[in-house]
Amino acid sequence: MKTMIMAFAATILLSFGAYVVLSNMGFSSADVQSAPSVRLD
Amino acid sequence: MNLKVIGAALIALLTFAVTPSYANEATEARASTGGAQTLEDILARQKGVEVDDSFRRENLGRPEGAQPTSGALGTLGGVSDAEVYRGIRYSEVDIKVSNNSHAASILVQDGGMNWLLTREQDIRSYAGFGIGGIIVALVAFYFFRGRMTIEGGPSGETIERFKAFERFGHWCLAGSFIMLAITGLLLLFGRAVVIPVFGHQANAAIANFSIWVHNNIAWVFMLSLVAIFFMWVRHNIPNKMDWQWLKEGGGIIGNGHPHAKKFNAGQKIIFWMTIVLGASVSLSGLSLLFPFEMPMFAKTFALINSVVGAGLPEVLLPHEEMQYAHLWHAIVAITMIIAIVAHIYIGSVGMEGAFDAMGSGQVDLEWARQHHDLWVEEEQAKARGSSPTGQPIGQAGK
Repeated sequence: MKTMIMAFAATILLSFGAYVVLSNMGFSSADVQSAPSVRLD
Repeated sequence: MNLKVIGAALIALLTFAVTPSYANEATEARASTGGAQTLEDILARQKGVEVDDSFRRENLGRPEGAQPTSGALGTLGGVSDAEVYRGIRYSEVDIKVSNNSHAASILVQDGGMNWLLTREQDIRSYAGFGIGGIIVALVAFYFFRGRMTIEGGPSGETIERFKAFERFGHWCLAGSFIMLAITGLLLLFGRAVVIPVFGHQANAAIANFSIWVHNNIAWVFMLSLVAIFFMWVRHNIPNKMDWQWLKEGGGIIGNGHPHAKKFNAGQKIIFWMTIVLGASVSLSGLSLLFPFEMPMFAKTFALINSVVGAGLPEVLLPHEEMQYAHLWHAIVAITMIIAIVAHIYIGSVGMEGAFDAMGSGQVDLEWARQHHDLWVEEEQAKARGSSPTGQPIGQAGK
């Protein structure tokens, strides 16, 4: 059971990691598809 | 009095001195815009300066004064509004948009209606009846057949079925899949179920949460799918023994337990279903994660046509690519959910001792002998330092 809980914790951590990495790399649809004239923030 | 007169005279002088100058500049600038108002006109109006707008005010009902149809600001000439809309409808006009995506210049795409109806009717029905059906069937099976127990009871002695890294990989895949399934179903049934019961605001919050979880946990699913493949593929190569196992229904038909190594035929089916459908759902998922950047259905349809001549469309608009990816993603995912519900049943309440394999990793030796007898022999032989036939390792088969 300890391994199962560790795997679930790793899953949550990796998900947040994926979000941070992809966001910082500008992979969101808004970033990829907007022209320079569009203000996103 | 003198001061007032002098002040009025100065104002009048300045007015006459400035206005003609502005008027001349504005008139000259308008020549470059084809008679339209200029930036100077707009700025002057914003500053409250009186602007001579007669060039616009009087420019009415004078078609001969219009720009030629070939001009940058020209009229559409004899083209009717209906023709313009037809041009937009069939993407036959040159549409310029400020969006970077080439898909944004397609303003009307009628395939969207088919996608919407298929999603709202066929896909939801498949999900509802498929997942509901397997749950009902398993509950009925449980009451009819009962829990599969260890014949003769547990031996009390255990054997390690899966190592920690195997269980870790399994639970990463399982945990991510369950979250993907729940959030995917919430997105699929949000409008049909969540809104009528909990309202629009609740659905908005749930959908927002679901899409975030779905998009980010998907990476864990894909990583652990690759890990699972390399970890277990060598144990899942089909062989003759699997056919015998299937003929006996894994022990349900007839007496006794069919022979099996580490994975029996049922588990091999689940393994290959997970790998093949998991790869397919991952590819369509990536296509959805990066809209319009990974079109794959036109090429897939062309390949299918070349093999079986199915007559599938080989030229697809960017939106159609996304719609096919979306529908395929749902169809494959629902098929996986149906199979995994059965897998969860047999690995938990359906069979005594099965959960221990992925829980602690230690299974009862008698359970292992009944369901994976050849694997037990292999493991015990390894422990003895000999082959399953009793010969020392290295001399087996000589």
